[in-house]
Amino acid sequence: MQFLDTSHGSDILGDLVDVILDNRDYLSEVDGSIGDGDHGINMAKGFRLYSESIQGQSLSLAKAFTTLANTLMGSIGGSMGPLYGSLFLGMGNASKDLDTLDARTFGDMLSAGLESIQSISDANVGDKCLLDTLVPAVMDYRHAVDDDDSFTSALQALRNGAERGCESTRELEAKIGRAARLGERSKGHLDAGAVSCCLLLVRLADSTERHLERAAA
Amino acid sequence: MQRIINDPDNVVDDAVRGYLRASPEFYAATDHPRVLKYAATTSGKVGVVTGGGSGHEPAFLGYVGDGLCDAVAIGEIFSSPTADAFLEAFRVADQGRGVACLYGNYAGDNMNVKMARQMAEMESIDVKTVIARDDVASAPADQREKRRGVAGEIMMWKVGGAAAARHDDLDEVIRLAQKAVDACSSIGVGLSSCTIPANGKPNFTIAPGHMELGIGHHGEPGIEVVPLPDAKAMADAMCDPVLADQDFTGGDVAVLISGLGATPVMELNLLYAHVADRLEAEGITVHRADIGNYFTSLEMMGATLTVMKLDEELKPLVDAPARSLAITR
Repeated sequence: MQFLDTSHGSDILGDLVDVILDNRDYLSEVDGSIGDGDHGINMAKGFRLYSESIQGQSLSLAKAFTTLANTLMGSIGGSMGPLYGSLFLGMGNASKDLDTLDARTFGDMLSAGLESIQSISDANVGDKCLLDTLVPAVMDYRHAVDDDDSFTSALQALRNGAERGCESTRELEAKIGRAARLGERSKGHLDAGAVSCCLLLVRLADSTERHLERAAA
Repeated sequence: MQRIINDPDNVVDDAVRGYLRASPEFYAATDHPRVLKYAATTSGKVGVVTGGGSGHEPAFLGYVGDGLCDAVAIGEIFSSPTADAFLEAFRVADQGRGVACLYGNYAGDNMNVKMARQMAEMESIDVKTVIARDDVASAPADQREKRRGVAGEIMMWKVGGAAAARHDDLDEVIRLAQKAVDACSSIGVGLSSCTIPANGKPNFTIAPGHMELGIGHHGEPGIEVVPLPDAKAMADAMCDPVLADQDFTGGDVAVLISGLGATPVMELNLLYAHVADRLEAEGITVHRADIGNYFTSLEMMGATLTVMKLDEELKPLVDAPARSLAITR
């Protein structure tokens, strides 16, 4: 059985910071097609502030997620502050008393994040938003675990679900947020929140997998 | 980018510093760098709070003052303030009689205000909200709940602020602010795009010689892109959907035309002359008109038109004394 040691919070979230900072301009460009064009700027700002605030500290996964959540909610505002803030707060709360996560409890952590977002937003799958990435990713992951797949295979399911969900936003008509006012004309473009969510989930899967391999070695 | 800035990521903080230095008679700093409060709030009244993204100056902070708002939460450019900022604004505005939070219908503002209200509840601060939905171009009249808030917000702050200044209670301030913004129908036209400094390139494009009817305050695309008409035809194109939105005939109205940032004020008055002609021709009496840069979108060219239906209850509140950076009566 594979376990993720939850003491590697700073490492794993460091990877999430990297993927956002590396894609700052790309995210703004995606957002610029149908939104304000500020998604990359705001995300990068929030993740950078988190990174600076924990410089040199070795945090547990729960502590790192909670700190990231509070930084995003307290510093970036917009829609993404509360949405990502509640996602990571939910994940932090779900992992706080656990020294290790197995495939199932890692899935519980993802589900808790999803539930936390749904408590502050009425957004749904099909609205052309980050939930279009998050929901299928979490569902695919859980199905893989229910089918007794390995932790590694479940992480692959998470990546596949995220990428498929993100890609699905291209043909959707936006129902919420600023792009909603575009109606039909929002079709043909990816949703920036769905893209950032996909980048984050894929990198979370990569980083987790690397720690599983290292623990096995 | 021909802009007066330092680090593009710090534009808002740098600007807030300027407002504080320039206008100490209006602004006092708070414990939160993105919250300003009125420097001379009268005691014992309902607190009035607003907030929103930056880039719309003089909105939102220009409406902090006498007979208007008591505190403002300030977001990044075109991005909602944080829940923390709204909460601090509630705290500094509350004098034990509750807080009216008057803001516009945008997804981020809705979530952050919702979270801030939950936090305020834990501190026993009574917060009620009015959400402006006056932009007729953003959704049809039967889907008003989807409409975004634009310059009608100014009338909401004016009326809500005046009600609070005469010591109405929280429920009454909320009722009147809601009534004020429901009486407003607005529409914008965009003639050119705008650039968020940290982005460094225009947010969208409007081809030279064209105008986008119904454009939003952040460049949200409007109803249609048409060849740029002359001012008279532009006034008609704006008046048509506004006057069709509610029945203004036979009554008094307040009219507000705001520039979007880069249109000369002279042209706003030129536009107004045609709007006034049209209203007169339709048997609508203009009680008062405010023409200027009241609610902008960085350096966009264009304007918004707001027409507000007045009755004997709203009129004295629209006319009541007020003193702030953006409006004085």
